[in-house]
Amino acid sequence: MQSTRNVMKRIGFYVILILILLCVSFPFIWMILASFKTQVQIQSLENLFIFKPTFSNYPKVFKDYDFWKPILNSFIVAFFSTGIGLLLGLPASYGIARFKQKLFGSIILVIRFFPGITFLIPWFSIFSRIGLIDTYVALILSHLLINLPFIIWLMVPFFESMPLELEDAARVDGCPTLKIFSKIALPLASPGIITGSLLSFVFSWNNFVFSMVLCGGRTKTLPLAVFNFVSYALIDWGALMAATVIITLPVLAIAFVTQRYIIQGLTAGAVKG
Amino acid sequence: MRRDVMCGKGTMKIEDWTEKNAKYVLTLPAVIFVLIMVVFPLIYTISVSFQEWNLTTYAGRKWTGLRNYAELLTDERFWNATARTLIYSFSAVAIEAVLGIAIALFLNREFKGKNVTKTLFLLPMVSTPVAVGMVWLLLYEPTMGLANYFLSILGISPQPWLTSRTTVLPSLIIIDVWQWTPIVMLITLAGLATLPKEPYDSAKIDGASKFQILTKITLPLVMPTVLVGLLIRLIDALKTYDIIYSTTQGGPGEASETLNILGYVLGFSYFQMGLGSALIILFLLVVTIVSLVFMKLRNKAISSLY
Repeated sequence: MQSTRNVMKRIGFYVILILILLCVSFPFIWMILASFKTQVQIQSLENLFIFKPTFSNYPKVFKDYDFWKPILNSFIVAFFSTGIGLLLGLPASYGIARFKQKLFGSIILVIRFFPGITFLIPWFSIFSRIGLIDTYVALILSHLLINLPFIIWLMVPFFESMPLELEDAARVDGCPTLKIFSKIALPLASPGIITGSLLSFVFSWNNFVFSMVLCGGRTKTLPLAVFNFVSYALIDWGALMAATVIITLPVLAIAFVTQRYIIQGLTAGAVKG
Repeated sequence: MRRDVMCGKGTMKIEDWTEKNAKYVLTLPAVIFVLIMVVFPLIYTISVSFQEWNLTTYAGRKWTGLRNYAELLTDERFWNATARTLIYSFSAVAIEAVLGIAIALFLNREFKGKNVTKTLFLLPMVSTPVAVGMVWLLLYEPTMGLANYFLSILGISPQPWLTSRTTVLPSLIIIDVWQWTPIVMLITLAGLATLPKEPYDSAKIDGASKFQILTKITLPLVMPTVLVGLLIRLIDALKTYDIIYSTTQGGPGEASETLNILGYVLGFSYFQMGLGSALIILFLLVVTIVSLVFMKLRNKAISSLY
């Protein structure tokens, strides 16, 4: 009796679990399915899951909507804003953590909570005055505003939680602080650095509002290119869904490969330790 | 031995100087960035908020004191946007809190596929918001969308979802709940993993029921963590932009126009830089007030627990 009840309980648990997971993943399943459908197939509500797939949406996204360029633009902006974010953010986090620069630490925290639009009016007028609208420089600088606070936010507790013995021993030996940082602290912090870089890259890749204002034809990023589909009178749903698959795929791949790190990164701040 | 090789003592003066000022050398680049890209723009926004400055008229800028603020505070559109922002954020986060905590308690055990489950929960929140918006736009499409198809199976009449003034806000809240319940769930799950064992042992000895253990031990212990997570979530919800703009652009009419969207419209559709700046400052005020109130409530809740 006891064991059949346990089995029933287990089955019940998995049924509920699968239902929850279906809710979570359903839009993705739908997105992928629709990206292999023709406009007519999408518009009819028959044969929702079994249909003759078409492979024309993906080539169309690249040929008719010229997607290579936004992909490259997004990659360049995400790559450099993450790189510079680490370059500025890692030493700053170490400084805040080890030298208790509380004020700067809290300023960074506050920036994390500012709506992105706060800075768009001044940036727009300054960048247009010095001719930086529609350049990578403007986009990278603006994306740094997300990435730098995030990296510092993530790395300060990371550095704080690292044991001090090695660093103290090196200091006794007369090792300068900057070397302790680069040769001892940084390598030990690599799990945090991986998390920070991946999530920064994703945040930058996903960013929409800065691109809306600071991009032009030359530097149009992927989210903007995807959004442009809606401006056509008749939305080409198949191609649009193929475009969303293209933009989400790298992010999903990163999430799958580095799931553990990303959960740590996203829940950091709320959960101590 | 290796340490000696890495840390050979510098004799140059520059090295002495950097060592003496190491803490500033480390943070200086970031501080400069913050000054140029955050502090200066913020001051700039505040000063523009006191000016009349319309980019479409070439009339230049004129100091007008508090007129922009007065104009906003007497404008129904501003108050509607404020109400919408608060309704959207608080309802979304409240639903996310209940669902997230419930799912976390449900999953707080060892089972096969726990890692895959966590990964799947990660996907809605790391996916590109514009892409998420586009998928929901298709799901919500009144004639060919799946949402109405499901309703028809359940025998419910079709809904206009994002295309009607009355249903657009709830529809957007559903997207937010789908997207962000996972973060509440993951934070709660992480909090549950750090709970001490002792209270549970003594509760078992005292013969406490499962429900008592949940309400008297588990929830109070995990709440501080969850509340911090909810505060962060709430602030992010107030700022929601991508999903709303990519699906409705604030419409139909102004029915889903939140403060963030209104700020964008004033600044970059109407090019009313002064008015837009004033709105942004008021918006920052709203965000600050909400977080301060929430923080006060949280501290009260925590101190009442002990």
